[in-house]
Amino acid sequence: MNFISGPNTVAQAVSLPAGASISHSQLLGAGSDQITQIISLLSYVFFIVLIFYGQRIQMYVMIREVENSLHKLKHIKEEGRKTTIEAIKEIGKPTVDPTPRVDRFLEYFTIGPQGMDPAGIVYKLDHILDVRDERLKEEVKLMAPLSDEVQINNLENTLEAAMALNFIYKVVRHYYIQGKKTLSLYVIMQLQMILPMVMKEADAYSSALKAFAYGQPIGDGVGPLVVGKLMHGYEVRKLPKDCVMATVPIEGRVGIIVKAEGPGGNVGKPGDAVEAVIEENQGKIACLIMIDAGLKLEGELVGEVSEGIGAAIGGPGVDAYKIEEKLTKYKIPNYAIIVKEDIGDAVSPMRKEIHDATDKVIERIKSIIVERTKEGDKVVIVGVGNSIGVGQ
Amino acid sequence: MRMNNMTQNQTQAAPASKKISTYLALIVMIVMALAVVALLIAAYTYVNAATAEDQITAAAFGVIGAVALAMSVFTLFQSRRQVEQMKIDAPKVITTIECQNKGCNQKTVREFQRGDYVYKEIDVPCTKCGGKQMITGIFKEIKEKEKTYNV
Repeated sequence: MNFISGPNTVAQAVSLPAGASISHSQLLGAGSDQITQIISLLSYVFFIVLIFYGQRIQMYVMIREVENSLHKLKHIKEEGRKTTIEAIKEIGKPTVDPTPRVDRFLEYFTIGPQGMDPAGIVYKLDHILDVRDERLKEEVKLMAPLSDEVQINNLENTLEAAMALNFIYKVVRHYYIQGKKTLSLYVIMQLQMILPMVMKEADAYSSALKAFAYGQPIGDGVGPLVVGKLMHGYEVRKLPKDCVMATVPIEGRVGIIVKAEGPGGNVGKPGDAVEAVIEENQGKIACLIMIDAGLKLEGELVGEVSEGIGAAIGGPGVDAYKIEEKLTKYKIPNYAIIVKEDIGDAVSPMRKEIHDATDKVIERIKSIIVERTKEGDKVVIVGVGNSIGVGQ
Repeated sequence: MRMNNMTQNQTQAAPASKKISTYLALIVMIVMALAVVALLIAAYTYVNAATAEDQITAAAFGVIGAVALAMSVFTLFQSRRQVEQMKIDAPKVITTIECQNKGCNQKTVREFQRGDYVYKEIDVPCTKCGGKQMITGIFKEIKEKEKTYNV
């Protein structure tokens, strides 16, 4: 910006001889010269500071970012704890305050089996998971004595989501403090890099808490929702463990429909259920069709239906192992249909897009049955996932 | 009645426990005040400028004031956004109820109530034909469109 109006050059203004000129600093006196000097000095100081302390400044910026996320995580964790306690008080009508028991429970841990000699590790893990599940249910019964079976399952799921949030918060806090203590850029950097994914998961569990506390179907329940539609109105009987089945005529075949018992929050043990069904029928099963929620990649649409082969079941792998064992023994082909969603959709209240995918999945099931089996064949159809808010 | 209360509770957003830190707010306020003072000095110096030097001083004060004001407003905005992000909103979940009589096609949509589950046969008969009704869906609708990338 030119603050001096009038002739363009000083030489023109004062009619100096051609070639002679006066600098602005000379004309404006010492004031602007001093400002220029201060600015250049500040620039030098700035560069020197950046050279020696650049990495440290970068680290402090990262620490600040992690700190903000940690505050949010703490808030989410506290909200989770509060929601769980409120739900227990409202549903279970306990005579004593459940807060200390909930707090103790949030710190609960499970030690996995020793893997030095991996032979038989699946059944060891299965046993540990059974013990954990029983213990959780017993604790919930003690915390909420007036709750029924469905509510116990829902509260158990709520507690598990609160435990997950507590664990995420503690791990992030651990690395944050460790990074601050050691002032190690690499500890902080690793934490800062994975933080968006961690926060996404924490947000998902936070939504899950509400869904579990109110007994709303979640995205992961799309499998039970689909097979629930097929088996509704038919006689239902129980299967091991926490699963139900119904025999349904479908496209001229006999459909044996299996799902976790609802409407309580429950994934059951589809591995045991499928084993039982196959053994009951002496392995005379034309095919097994599994329906589950599948994690979508970024760019894919929520509720997109995809088809493949293999055991479509997540978790620690025990159920997948048991199913694969039986299928291999009797040479039964296994087809899988998944409904795509991300981790947030999987544990939060079911989205309309996922709900709307059920009819498309049923069409796919029918086309597999028609194309891959003969009339009169027996077909096992398993809806894998959490049956919260989904009956049969 | 109890169910209605629960539904109301469920749809309320959880209040954010964290406000903007008073320490940060104080610093921002001081910087803002200094920025305003710098801008006033700049204006005063520019209006009463007798020499070009005064004009440069006015410009320097003006730039410093404007930058400081912009930065403090930005910091305040960022902090507010962080506080907004702290809020955990419970999404609105709806229940769809359909008449079981073939040919009736009566469909009702209402807010989710505790105790609802999919495939639950409800006691209230269909208002159109008096037939049995069943809950056929419980889901949330997300209004905002996801950001798409043309790749």
